[in-house]
Amino acid sequence: MALSENTRERRVRASLAPWLKGVLVALGSVSITMLGLLLITFIIGRVMPIDPVLAIVGERASQTTYDAVYEQLGLDKPLLVQFLYYLWDVLHGDFGMSLLNARPVSEDIKRVFPATLELATLGTLIGVLLGVPLGVIAAVRRGSWIDQIARVVALVGYSMPIFWLGLMGLLIFYGVLGWVGGPGRLDIFYQDIVPTRTGMILIDSAIAGEWGVFRNAFSHIILPATLLGYYSLAYISRMTRSFMLEQMSAEYITTARVKGMSERQVIWGHAFRNIRVQLITVIALSYANLLEGSVLTEIIFSWPGIGSYITTALLSADMNAVLGGTVVVGLIFICLNLFSDLLYRVFDPRSK
Amino acid sequence: MSETLTLRQWLLTDEPTSRRHARLASLYKGWLTLRGNTMAMFGLGILVALVLMALFAPFLAPHDPYVQNLGNRLQPLGSPGHPFGTDSLGRDILSRLIYGSRITLYIVTLVALIAPLAGLLVGTVAGYVGGWVDVVLMRITDIFLAFPRLVLALAFVAALGAGIENAVLAISLTAWPPYARMARAETLTIRASDYISAVRLQGASPVRIITRHIWPLCISSLIVRVTLDMAGIILAAAGLGFLGLGAQPPSPEWGAMISEGRRFILDYWWVATMPGLAIFTVSLAFNLLGDGLRDVLDPKEGSQ
Amino acid sequence: MSLLDVENLWVKFPTRQGVVEAVRGISFSLGRERLGIVGESGSGKSMTGRAILRLIRPPGIVEADQIALEGQNLLDLTEKDMRAVRGERISMVMQDPKFSLNPVMRVGDQIMEAYLLHNKVGKVEARKRSLEMLQAVSIRDPERVMRAYPHEMSGGMGQRIMIAMMLIPNPQILIADEPTSALDVSVQRQVLNIMDDLVKQRGMGLIFISHDLNLVSEFCDRVLIMYAGRIVEVCDADKLHQATHPYTRGLLNSLPRLDQPRAKLEVLSRDPTWSEAPSVGGRA
Repeated sequence: MALSENTRERRVRASLAPWLKGVLVALGSVSITMLGLLLITFIIGRVMPIDPVLAIVGERASQTTYDAVYEQLGLDKPLLVQFLYYLWDVLHGDFGMSLLNARPVSEDIKRVFPATLELATLGTLIGVLLGVPLGVIAAVRRGSWIDQIARVVALVGYSMPIFWLGLMGLLIFYGVLGWVGGPGRLDIFYQDIVPTRTGMILIDSAIAGEWGVFRNAFSHIILPATLLGYYSLAYISRMTRSFMLEQMSAEYITTARVKGMSERQVIWGHAFRNIRVQLITVIALSYANLLEGSVLTEIIFSWPGIGSYITTALLSADMNAVLGGTVVVGLIFICLNLFSDLLYRVFDPRSK
Repeated sequence: MSETLTLRQWLLTDEPTSRRHARLASLYKGWLTLRGNTMAMFGLGILVALVLMALFAPFLAPHDPYVQNLGNRLQPLGSPGHPFGTDSLGRDILSRLIYGSRITLYIVTLVALIAPLAGLLVGTVAGYVGGWVDVVLMRITDIFLAFPRLVLALAFVAALGAGIENAVLAISLTAWPPYARMARAETLTIRASDYISAVRLQGASPVRIITRHIWPLCISSLIVRVTLDMAGIILAAAGLGFLGLGAQPPSPEWGAMISEGRRFILDYWWVATMPGLAIFTVSLAFNLLGDGLRDVLDPKEGSQ
Repeated sequence: MSLLDVENLWVKFPTRQGVVEAVRGISFSLGRERLGIVGESGSGKSMTGRAILRLIRPPGIVEADQIALEGQNLLDLTEKDMRAVRGERISMVMQDPKFSLNPVMRVGDQIMEAYLLHNKVGKVEARKRSLEMLQAVSIRDPERVMRAYPHEMSGGMGQRIMIAMMLIPNPQILIADEPTSALDVSVQRQVLNIMDDLVKQRGMGLIFISHDLNLVSEFCDRVLIMYAGRIVEVCDADKLHQATHPYTRGLLNSLPRLDQPRAKLEVLSRDPTWSEAPSVGGRA
């Protein structure tokens, strides 16, 4: 008995080892990528034409004050040492002070990030729920009118400037029709009613049971989220279509038909089943893209998220804030990539 | 008549008599396939029109794009002398659009030259040399790929300062990694093929192999990719312009024009709408042409 | 009455360059026998197999006076009725198990699926039958194989799994489309013997599609030789070496033979009139 348990344990470990190795390799490559990302932001920070000391002490400070701050910021040290300081700070979640409002950048980001997350999540949700079925149908009925529509939808999505489409949306659905709330997350009347828990108003108001706030927040978020969702839909439906086409022409699909399966069973039970992992990768990627795509959308809709934050900081030359925001968005990007990579390893039997 | 017929026959021959003959013949056959694709030809037509418009802007534009006329501001569509109306400073929107095509073409051309060439260089060297060079170059590529493109471009522009040239640089810096990946993958396949071994046995140097034997084979997939990326480049440039980080006022850059018109979007909608339509038309044209080119140059990917 | 009777079968594919006719008006019948269809690639032999199962997808066109399974014309059936024919009455083993098995489904699930589609029983029963079937194709450790993924199996194993999967609903006809071309020579014979035994035991009809004349003559009762979408010759397998059509003779002469060694093998030369000549009837 003890022996058999022992062998089973050994078997489990043996099957886990290569898997674990893959994960470790992935983690290692991710940390190198993160290091590279921080190096790039560091370099960008150094070549900035703005003098960070002047920005703190002001134009009229004496030379001694200037020198003191220069040393305090570690600017007299060699670049490598400066980079290590920077690394140390960032790893501790310290992106420095915002030059604009003299608050820690990390706190600002914590405050604005949920707004972006809420928007991008809802957008992705819309994109996935509509894009995946559209892509599947377009692949299965290749060349039909629905395939043509899917093609046009994607083509227009790839060709339309998102900020312009947002403006047109505001003009039509807010300005002319009045169906949705305007810019911002809430009307003034509804602000500061619900306590902040997650920072995502839809969730906070639902927790608090404030359905009036929920409805108002929804009327504000639906237009930008649909807009982002449209871009995500364009991408997801195209990818779904090409994945499905690839699978549908595979020989095992013929096998499934030979077995006597209905076309629906063949499509969903075999072909779609085989693209699920690929699809999750695409969705993760499109989610990451939406976090970024929200930069322009947030400006159009005065959405107080990380995109607005970075842009505002940029225009007022608040470099710490810009780099802090860039690092955070970059880290999320990397994490989402890592996540989809790990999914592949776990769920695709061929990768083991 | 008979002259053109023979030229056509010469181009459609199955037995080319020289290398150039073969190349011209395959180009012509590709062109015939492309010509059969209505949407691609539509896209090409728009782009040709765009180039002509940029070339002959001074003759086509009814007004000077920079001349302000505050007494004539925010005229609606179809007002006399201003078919697309005027903006908040009384400048003719149509004329600004026509001149703006020059900026768009300028940005697109520069990025389309810089990014693929940089990517081709990095990718083929990495793929051909292999070893640690490959590891290092691809790691750098991965780092750039891991960055969100627009945010990276924003950070670059912030560091370099706003302006068209810096916008071009920033977009190129974010656009090259996919080309490098592609070129590397192609190089790896080509490198393993027998005829490269044959060339190497004849004593060709690595530089010669890369430039004369590997690059020409990477070109066609690169062209398709560039054409499909053009739309993205235009949108990125317009986005930077919209944020005030690309072309600076009073330059009639389309993204910047949208940004100007945004303030009165609810009352004077056409000021922001017209440049947006222009951007949309041009990037749509690039996408249509790219799809068509993919069918011609890359049949395994196309028609799927 | 024969099991299957095919009369004047055409398979066409419209393309930009015009209509390509893959199969051009062939007729044959199949009893409880092993019928070989031989031909080079592009001769239409695979298309014939797929047309019988009505697996030619649009834009491909299948036309025939009839494809009758025990008197029932399959071309008259609705798609739904046709599904009851596929797997349960006619089944097919394809060339390469690497591609014909679903790579991300466990072997057991794929076999059980084939059984459950045509039998209203529980999973436990389906599992039991699948294990039996795997044993019937000489798989020694069926429990382990049931849990495995296709890529963990060798080619020979994969093809045996495929045979088990296709025979588990107990069909009357099995179409084997180049079932061993993708396998190592060492296991080809083994797999064919397993298939052959099962087909004989169950009294099924077998259509064995191959380009390998020797293999076909060994494992079949009767052979159809196809060229350019037509049947050019029909003969009994054991009399194959007495075949008269120049194409068949050419094929035979291009193969090395142990009993008649020669210094130089013939290269097949094709006569354009072969593809013009009308089909030979393949009815028994």
